[in-house]
Amino acid sequence: MIQEDWLWGLAGGGIIGLAGAVYLLVNGRVMGASGIIGALADGSAKGEMARERVAFIVGLFLVPALIVLALGGASINAEGPLAIYIFAGLLVGVGTRLANGCTSGHGVCGISRLSLRGMVATVFYIMAGGFAVILFRHIMGVI
Amino acid sequence: MRMVFAALSGALFGTGLWMSGMTDTTKVQGWLDIFGAWDPTLAFVMGGAIVPMALAWRFTRARNPALGGVFPPPPEAKVGRNLVIGSVMFGFGWGLAGLCPGPSIASLSWGGWEGLAFAVAMVAGMWAAPGLRSRLDAMVPVT
Repeated sequence: MIQEDWLWGLAGGGIIGLAGAVYLLVNGRVMGASGIIGALADGSAKGEMARERVAFIVGLFLVPALIVLALGGASINAEGPLAIYIFAGLLVGVGTRLANGCTSGHGVCGISRLSLRGMVATVFYIMAGGFAVILFRHIMGVI
Repeated sequence: MRMVFAALSGALFGTGLWMSGMTDTTKVQGWLDIFGAWDPTLAFVMGGAIVPMALAWRFTRARNPALGGVFPPPPEAKVGRNLVIGSVMFGFGWGLAGLCPGPSIASLSWGGWEGLAFAVAMVAGMWAAPGLRSRLDAMVPVT
């Protein structure tokens, strides 16, 4: 049974791939969210490279905000203590920069060119994510 | 021009994330929750994104980016310690909060305090990452 959510996922995924294709073929860069944000956060992107990244982040923030303002459909379902989100954010920030990529860079852009590093990273972050859900949801019951 | 296309790419990325439901933490945690109500949507998103991206990589052969420069070099083959440690840290935070870097920015306008706390902590982690990386490398040298 194909569910509607899966089709929206497939269509949305196609648009994500298109976004990566534009960034690669026009700007000549790998569309990795952690690299784009991280190079600004640690100050390693300068001048034109920094402006390009800021422009990407503005589009990434503003367009979903406008879509949701116009159409609704805003659900994030982020609940629970703030400490969880702070701890998780720190892990995601440090981890993605240590690994040089996240779901978009290693996952979408890496796997699509059969990068060994992308595939290994994806296996490890999915396993660790699965473990976190088992631990925090089923064992500790905090999420 | 680089900024225009970077913003367009970010806008498409955000639209795709919103459409696919990846800005909803329950869908991400649902994908990771193999012992609960498993939600395969994320696999459809990944599949949908990898196809156009793989075509884009093929198109880069013997060409240059539309706005000049050169395409990224082929992926490194070396799977290092930092790739594994970083991906495990990232995955753990990803499972705990249900957010990764792209969706965290895309959902910022409706993510509430939880989404904001995650994003701020993530940027702080990215800022701290280069220092932590050199400390790690000094303690246990990369072989």
